[in-house]
Amino acid sequence: MVQTLNYLKESASQTAGPYVHIGLAPGAAGFDIYATELGRDITGPNAKGNRITVTGTVTDGTGAPVKDVLIEVWQANAAGIYPGKGEVEDGFRGWGRVVPDFESGKFSFETVKPGQVMGRNGRAMAPHLNLWLVSRGINIGLNTRMYFGDESDANEKDPVLNLVEQAHRRETLIARADGDSYHFDICLQGDGETVFFDV
Amino acid sequence: MTTAELYQRDREWHPPALTQDYKTSVARSPRFALLSLQNSDSELTGPTFGHSDFAPLDNDLIRNYAQSGDPIGERIIVHGRVLDENGRPVPNTLVEVWQANAGGRYRHKKDSYLAPIDPNFGGCGRTLTDDQGNYVFRTVKPGAYPWRNWVNNWRPAHIHVSVFGTAFAQRLITQMYFEGDPLIAKCPIVKSIPDQRAIDQLVAALDLNATTPLDSIAYKFDIVLRGHRSTFFENRPEGN
Ligand SMILES: [Fe+2]
Repeated sequence: MVQTLNYLKESASQTAGPYVHIGLAPGAAGFDIYATELGRDITGPNAKGNRITVTGTVTDGTGAPVKDVLIEVWQANAAGIYPGKGEVEDGFRGWGRVVPDFESGKFSFETVKPGQVMGRNGRAMAPHLNLWLVSRGINIGLNTRMYFGDESDANEKDPVLNLVEQAHRRETLIARADGDSYHFDICLQGDGETVFFDV
Repeated sequence: MTTAELYQRDREWHPPALTQDYKTSVARSPRFALLSLQNSDSELTGPTFGHSDFAPLDNDLIRNYAQSGDPIGERIIVHGRVLDENGRPVPNTLVEVWQANAGGRYRHKKDSYLAPIDPNFGGCGRTLTDDQGNYVFRTVKPGAYPWRNWVNNWRPAHIHVSVFGTAFAQRLITQMYFEGDPLIAKCPIVKSIPDQRAIDQLVAALDLNATTPLDSIAYKFDIVLRGHRSTFFENRPEGN
């Protein structure tokens, strides 16, 4: 026998289920209950930088849209500062929730384009949004990142994109740029499967 | 600047993405291995919330949607602590819950189970933990409900729970079950968890010490988030 280490174990994940909206976005479930629903506004009114729109669809292994997914976004501001790590604009939360249209499965949200953030060992990370996906059929939330198609130079040096061994799979993490609009589809399984991270 | 990393998530303790007996996971589970990332600020920072984000009844599901009286059902208190793997409390963190009503019906436009909607029950609540990591909700005990998986699957009574912690990589959604429920052992979603000890950790204990006598019975449910290492990593620019 040896001494016990006495660490606790993390509570095991369970699927968010089909009715995740009741808890996290009740307006989408069809009712109003809170004075202010959390996660509706990522940036607040005072955020500096480029205002952008991100659209896309999450698809499953059969190619069908995942209409009941809920996506959380976490990002730095345009200066590359995460809330809690330094001064950000008043009202900039850097976090939001995205629910697609229940009929089409298409999602759309607005934010500002984040700046570069310092990564490990002094290597800058290209601008990116951190995404976390939960839904019915997802047993433990899926982490991924969205990079920007108009940041080729920064993306080429990005330490995380460069961890992806197969170069063509890096493309699954890069949104197509069209002016201030970006298109980013997420594929849970199969051809073009998005790279997901164990963070 | 230095930031403390998190303990690696124990992927043998959590359910895997693909669990055949929970059929919806089959087409919604990635086939490639997850790419393991060492933590950076993108994972170690996370959103914070303040008391101004909440209204006083947000954690009282008996009252926060009541129109003409109290909801039907067994009145319960659900309380506990949010801790990390080092056993330290996680203060001021957002805990959100959602659940079916006492008949097993959700207030959701996609739920068509024949049990009726309760006009006085919304089915969601939220709160911040206090400075010791404590939280409390008041609600009614949710009913079991059937779901389409096999023809005859019933979910044990459960409350869905979402927790933040301080780092986005601590983000967790789980479900709380109730002591003594015979449906727990039969549920394919519960059994997506490979380790029985991890299942037991999701079963709230009847807590008679925390009841409100002649009013509400109580269950205690502690939630554990990933812990921080005591060592730090460097993210200074090279040469500094
Ligand atoms: Fe449920």
